[in-house]
Amino acid sequence: MENNILSLDKLLIGKKAIVRALVAEGLERRRLLDLGLVQGTPVEALHVSPTGDPIAYSIMGAVIALRSNDASKVIVQNLS
Amino acid sequence: MLITNIGLAGNPNVGKSTVFNALTGLKQHTGNWPGKTVVHATGKYTYKDQTFSVTDLPGTYSLTTNSQEEEIAREFILEHDFDVIVIVVDATCMERNLNLVLQIIEAFSNSVVCINLLDEAKKKKIEIDQEALSELLGVPVVGIVARSKINLDKLKEQIYLSANSNEPIVRKKINLSEEETTKTINRAKNIYRKCVKVKKQNYDALDRRLDNIVTSKKFGFTIMMLLLSLIFWITLIGANYPSDLIFNFLFWLQDVLFGAMTKIGVPAIIIDISLYGVYQTLAWVVSVMLPPMAIFFPLFTLLEDFGYLPRVAFNMDKFFQKACAHGKQALTMCMGFGCNACAIIGCRIIESPREKLIAILTNNFVPCNGRFPTLIAIISMFFAGMTLSPLNNIISVIILTSVIIFGIIITLLVSRILSNTILKGLPSSFALELPPYRRPQIGQVIIRSILDRTIFVLGRAIIVAAPAGFVIWIFANIEIGNSSIISICTDFLDPFAKLIGLDGVILLAFILGFPANEIVLPIVIMIYLATGTMIELDIPQLKTLLVDNGWTITTAVCTMLFCLLHFPCGTTCLTIKKETQSWKWTGLAFLIPTMTGFIVCFIVAQTLNLILSYL
Ligand SMILES: Nc1nc2c(ncn2[C@@H]2O[C@H](COP(=O)(O)OP(=O)(O)OP(=O)(O)O)[C@@H](O)[C@H]2O)c(=O)[nH]1
Ligand SMILES: [Mg+2]
Repeated sequence: MENNILSLDKLLIGKKAIVRALVAEGLERRRLLDLGLVQGTPVEALHVSPTGDPIAYSIMGAVIALRSNDASKVIVQNLS
Repeated sequence: MLITNIGLAGNPNVGKSTVFNALTGLKQHTGNWPGKTVVHATGKYTYKDQTFSVTDLPGTYSLTTNSQEEEIAREFILEHDFDVIVIVVDATCMERNLNLVLQIIEAFSNSVVCINLLDEAKKKKIEIDQEALSELLGVPVVGIVARSKINLDKLKEQIYLSANSNEPIVRKKINLSEEETTKTINRAKNIYRKCVKVKKQNYDALDRRLDNIVTSKKFGFTIMMLLLSLIFWITLIGANYPSDLIFNFLFWLQDVLFGAMTKIGVPAIIIDISLYGVYQTLAWVVSVMLPPMAIFFPLFTLLEDFGYLPRVAFNMDKFFQKACAHGKQALTMCMGFGCNACAIIGCRIIESPREKLIAILTNNFVPCNGRFPTLIAIISMFFAGMTLSPLNNIISVIILTSVIIFGIIITLLVSRILSNTILKGLPSSFALELPPYRRPQIGQVIIRSILDRTIFVLGRAIIVAAPAGFVIWIFANIEIGNSSIISICTDFLDPFAKLIGLDGVILLAFILGFPANEIVLPIVIMIYLATGTMIELDIPQLKTLLVDNGWTITTAVCTMLFCLLHFPCGTTCLTIKKETQSWKWTGLAFLIPTMTGFIVCFIVAQTLNLILSYL
């Protein structure tokens, strides 16, 4: 079980996960919450930019790109 | 008369402006990327003898975050005296949209939910139970297709009904705590589950496949380059024919006018001023500058409508990270291709003030529509030969693309320097939405933007180019001592201009072109013509005229570079003042590109001269 916990930026492309917690603070936390990244939200990693960062995720039916710096503050549980 | 106030709110890129246009018959700009509208627009329509005033708001993800757009939306929703708020949502992205819907309903009781893009939803086999949704939300729901105006009457009727209901309107300032945010989002997910059925599991498979290619390591950047080059190529080829036609017509007309004016006995000096001053400057602007502008713009709009621009931002983001800048700066740069002043306003999509300033200060390194033709004209005169052979065109395209890439590199470098000096700081967090691709309305986009551009350029030509032609003629013909005012000015500028590879005339033209960049090259031509004559007026002769006036390869290269790297035009400066509320930043926005231009042109000119002297 423990092995399945990772930060969102480490989620492999094509993998699905569920948001467990946010480690961001203040405005940044607020922004992530508003994207729908609250506990229990499913996410999927879809595309990597040619340079490796950012990564686009499917979040609540929309495709949202996050920089690894921001995505690393979202803790998720791998589903597969 | 009583006017009913309607607000159009919703997430970015759900079609609010399209709904606005459908309701009011106006022409707010729309585009397939989040953040197209940054300034609210108002328009009116009448339904059943009642007048409705509609306000198109910038899109927002939430009423609680702290960005400028979202603050505008929130202020408007709460403080403006709206009678009804229409919350526009994207039928293909209901889950995400419902979050904001719930927030707005909570803040403002008299809301109507308008589900847009039902055509796209149908294609993707997404079914929405509108009745159940209305029941769960407790507000009326209307489904429409804004682009083809399907069910628009239903929406108008519902707005009418809601506006005339006797229920008192409750406005509530909401400040969602984290707990409440979570609750709202979970409620959104719940409602979504109950009302939306996705019949096709991989409804967005096509978008994903396309994105896999467009953002791939292998093809991502190549496709970007190819698309940019393709647009340039079409512009170059396409502009040549109308250029020649318009040119011949206008200069034929000049002769006719001359004949007519002489016949009715107009004094020679008036003929000279009006024909060889005002008319000719106008003719140069219209024949040389207008065609590339009128072709490039619609092509770019097509790309925008298709939804490609956010992908550019996605691919390029790492570079902006390295420059400690905001990823959406790539979007504002794209807007700069159209018009730098519009792009400055567009910088509002960047939430953090520091990164927004960087985007504003560096936006001018992207050549706007008005500067493009100058680049194209110089390239085709000096680097690709005047003929239309395919090879020459490809050379032109490669050079033009390189110039643009050079501008991008300078943008990144200067952004980086700013981030390390006067605008110190780390990049802030942001999210970039990659919207679904949509088939652009090709015919409509092309026709409308060509018309829009043409009217816009003609209007500006009359306001700016005509007076400039007048002034130049006067200056060229009034003599102080033994030389005309023009030559006094150009002689004064000449020594310095030569250092940076230009000449006094070119530098003066850039200065006189401050009100509008598209008159720079025409002014250069006019000044040269005022001192010499062009035997035959046609475009190949232009090169001869320039060469006769001392243009070399160095001059051509430096003029192109200076065109890319110099002070923003008057309109852009005013816009920067308005947006930053500060003379200091406006001054810097003027100085930074100008100094960059001086330095780059100086280095290039001296190096080229050195190399050429050895050849
Ligand atoms: N197929 C289809 N496309 C639509 C419809 N309505 C809008 N669009 C397209 O959706 C895109 C976004 O439309 P806009 O009206 O600019 O969206 P907006 O909500 O004003 O966006 P922002 O100003 O960025 O918040 C454009 O490319 C429109 O052409 C529709 O009913 N059907
Ligand atoms: Mg809009």
